[in-house]
Amino acid sequence: MTATPFDDESLPRDNGALVFDAPWQARALAIAVAVVERLGLPWDAFRHRLMASIAEDPNRPYYESWTKALESLVVAEDLATATALDEAMPIERAPL
Amino acid sequence: MADHHHPEELAPVEERIAAIEALLVEKGVLDVEAVDQIVAHFEDNLGPMNGARVIARAWTDPEYRTRLLTDGTAAIAELGFGGPEGEHMVVVENTADVHNLVVCTLCSCYPWPVLGLPPNWYKAPAYRSRAVREPRRLLAEMGTVIADDVEVRVWDSSAEARYLVLPMRPTGTDDLPEEQLAGMVTRDSMIGVQRL
Repeated sequence: MTATPFDDESLPRDNGALVFDAPWQARALAIAVAVVERLGLPWDAFRHRLMASIAEDPNRPYYESWTKALESLVVAEDLATATALDEAMPIERAPL
Repeated sequence: MADHHHPEELAPVEERIAAIEALLVEKGVLDVEAVDQIVAHFEDNLGPMNGARVIARAWTDPEYRTRLLTDGTAAIAELGFGGPEGEHMVVVENTADVHNLVVCTLCSCYPWPVLGLPPNWYKAPAYRSRAVREPRRLLAEMGTVIADDVEVRVWDSSAEARYLVLPMRPTGTDDLPEEQLAGMVTRDSMIGVQRL
């Protein structure tokens, strides 16, 4: 493989493909795919939100922009509200 | 001595994803198994090994090559590959005179069925802007020097198309079977940042 100046974070697998840096990124991707399928929407319904989310803050880490886009889709489709999401936060923080 | 094990704190973005999943499962929109299956599908079935099969077929079957260049989505579906981000496939052919390079300037559009998920550099602002502004220099930095008399064409996936580069078949491979040829095709060559 050709080394690239941007590739330092990649995790190679078969034929050089990157999969995920962390499990939550895989969940984020799969949830978006599943929601779009379940609602019978074209993939563009999500993609346009992702583009807007990246444009809003181009230097934000990619899957954080992805998460913002997913949240905006879920809220726009009346599947959740921001308040409900705040309340659904799992309590997994370490005790003091 | 007591060993207090503190579980690693979740980053806010991880919490948010967990919250979205939990809420959608609670509402019956998603089930956890379906999400697991999609993750497994991405990890196990999607990747450049699929694109490599498409390219090797095109190198060995002229009629397939014609179909691939005419209707990429249909020709790729012949080999069993399709799905999200693979609905509008356009295959662009490298020749002695033309080198093709694929980018998505606005986000990260990428043909999942044939290449899997994009590498980090593909999603980086540096690649997304420089691929358009100074493709030759970018390519040279990535180890691929394109001769001055070869035209560089840059394809921006942000339109309603996902591009796949059909690299030139390496010389001296006339006798190789399709399967062995597929093993020579790299992800980067199908994005256009590498020549075989």
